[in-house]
Amino acid sequence: MVTKVMSANQAIAEAVKLANPEVIPVYPITPQTTISEYLAKYVADGDLDSEYIMVESEHSAISASLGASGTGVRVFTATSSQGLALMHEISFAAAGLRLPVVMADANRALSAPLSIWNDQQDSISERDAGWIQIYAEDGQEALDSILMAYRISEDKNVLLPSMVCIDGFILTHTVDPVNIPAKEDVNKFLPKYKPDHAYLDTKKPMSIGTFTDPSYYMDARYDMELAMERSQEIIAKAHTEFSEIFGRDYDFVEKYRSEDADVIIVAMGSICSTIKDVVDELRDAGEKVGLVRVRVFRPFPKTQIYEALKGASKIGVIDKNVCFSIGGVLATEIRSNTGLDVSGFIVGLGGRDIKPSDIKEIMEKTKNPTKQTQWIGLKKEEH
Amino acid sequence: MELPNKEFLAPGHRGCAGCGATIGVRLALKVLGENTVAISATGCVEVITTPYPETSWEIPWMHVAFENASAVASGVEAALKAQGKTDTNVVVFGGDGGTADIGLQSLSGAMEREHNLIYICYDNEAYMNTGIQRSGATPYGASTTTSPHGKESFGENKPKKNMPMIMAAHGVPYVATASISYPEDLMKKVKKAAEIEGPAYIHLQQPCTTGWGYNPAQTIELGRLAVETGSWILYEIEEGEFKVTYKPIQRRMVKEYLDAQKRFKHLTDIEKEKIQSHVDAICTELKI
Repeated sequence: MVTKVMSANQAIAEAVKLANPEVIPVYPITPQTTISEYLAKYVADGDLDSEYIMVESEHSAISASLGASGTGVRVFTATSSQGLALMHEISFAAAGLRLPVVMADANRALSAPLSIWNDQQDSISERDAGWIQIYAEDGQEALDSILMAYRISEDKNVLLPSMVCIDGFILTHTVDPVNIPAKEDVNKFLPKYKPDHAYLDTKKPMSIGTFTDPSYYMDARYDMELAMERSQEIIAKAHTEFSEIFGRDYDFVEKYRSEDADVIIVAMGSICSTIKDVVDELRDAGEKVGLVRVRVFRPFPKTQIYEALKGASKIGVIDKNVCFSIGGVLATEIRSNTGLDVSGFIVGLGGRDIKPSDIKEIMEKTKNPTKQTQWIGLKKEEH
Repeated sequence: MELPNKEFLAPGHRGCAGCGATIGVRLALKVLGENTVAISATGCVEVITTPYPETSWEIPWMHVAFENASAVASGVEAALKAQGKTDTNVVVFGGDGGTADIGLQSLSGAMEREHNLIYICYDNEAYMNTGIQRSGATPYGASTTTSPHGKESFGENKPKKNMPMIMAAHGVPYVATASISYPEDLMKKVKKAAEIEGPAYIHLQQPCTTGWGYNPAQTIELGRLAVETGSWILYEIEEGEFKVTYKPIQRRMVKEYLDAQKRFKHLTDIEKEKIQSHVDAICTELKI
């Protein structure tokens, strides 16, 4: 166990080294690229014994991942934005084939206009693909979440792929102290992947990815729904065991000074660090405000979110994505799944900076609830 | 060549009577044997061989999507390598659409990266699974549902994309053309493809009874006519060395081949002559 100062991208690469996937197909895209580079270097230096495939597109990165996972080995890939959108078709196949691929997504805006900067539109747009989605707040959580993602995805009660999302540049290219767990501890937490549902073995031929007619398709999709529901329990168990072995606590949602709060802000990812500072400042000034950070977005932790929010009189939900004519996706899902009234705010699209003053503005606006989604940080008031 | 009795593509699949594609797959698998993993691109072969919960594949088989069979195979090959199973054959079956059109990028990538796999394109010269639409491999003059002949059109007006040469330009160590109507030639080529270190590409022409429009009993005959008229040439390129592997004793007229198929029925004599001259030019160059 050692603590080093590193970016979340490097933290993810360190996690991958510890998880030791047999095959790593990747394709560079800003701001994910350095994950691919770190992994290439680990392999080149003999620090990681993996088949590293530098494929010719993200579509092939995820396709090769499915091929390798279907052969029965652990795989890792990483992407961002346009790359994730290009993977869209195969993302659905990964979940449908029940292949426990683990992928990191460096959250970045989708074109057009072309932007390399952060928002969460890319992964949010994959919410129906059947992947478990975890949004990390910092580099440490990024590392830990990769290890937990393997544990969860490869569990026989789940067998769905996982996406660990980290905010582009804000996390991928800034450094923080990160504790790197010992390999022996990781081995305890993460046993070798030994599938008995899908593996290409000439000793026991099986056909993977067959053609189905209407008498089978729907049931296969329902099985995925059941697996996603079951994953809640597996995720909870992973959190508990992770805490026991590594001493760091995680939950579906993180409650930050929200227990007695009148005003609660809900958000995902790195923005939560800014919100925590604002909460501290306002708490010092006597305001009863708090934060609920949604860490696991799929499966959607409806009960945990409801329990965390039900005591508040005013709730504001921050989204770094937009579902046009509807609003932010997290706000919409919280409304429809908890029945609570929440005010929705859209911020930070395409890397628009989010300042503590913006968070304070959101808190003020939350005190006067409206059903109208509010865009914060636009340049012109007349928008 | 001795044929193993064991079948690796079980009967009962949903192929049309007279399906040429499944003949090709069956023969290739006889050569490759049980220590083989097959990957299919979406298409006729994939659909007809795996109507869940049935499968015709007696070897491990995987399908993910249309355009990515080579990428899936790259992952399979890498995983087998990681498992120490370097002696296992990895074979990909993609149709002409899945190979020359939508799958060309992933194929190019896999070949350039020199994955040890055998790619077999079963070429029926159009999108037959979706009902006879033109592909990059549709030959000049063929009428398809998206290159129909009519008052203003004689059908497909572009020449067939030259896939084997595109593969040869990648430096693929073994590239060959084949026909299901010349099983010995085909199987020798599959054997070579399996033995060679690194990637191999075989472009397998296979008549399609519904797409080409002929009596299902004549599939083999149509394949022969293609080769005997010089319309389809059997060759191989081994480590850059080009060699014609079969020369008709007396080349027959292309018209015979065209007239036997509904897809060319609309062509006038002038157009047929044009196709004949094109075939003549190539065959003269290759001394066929």
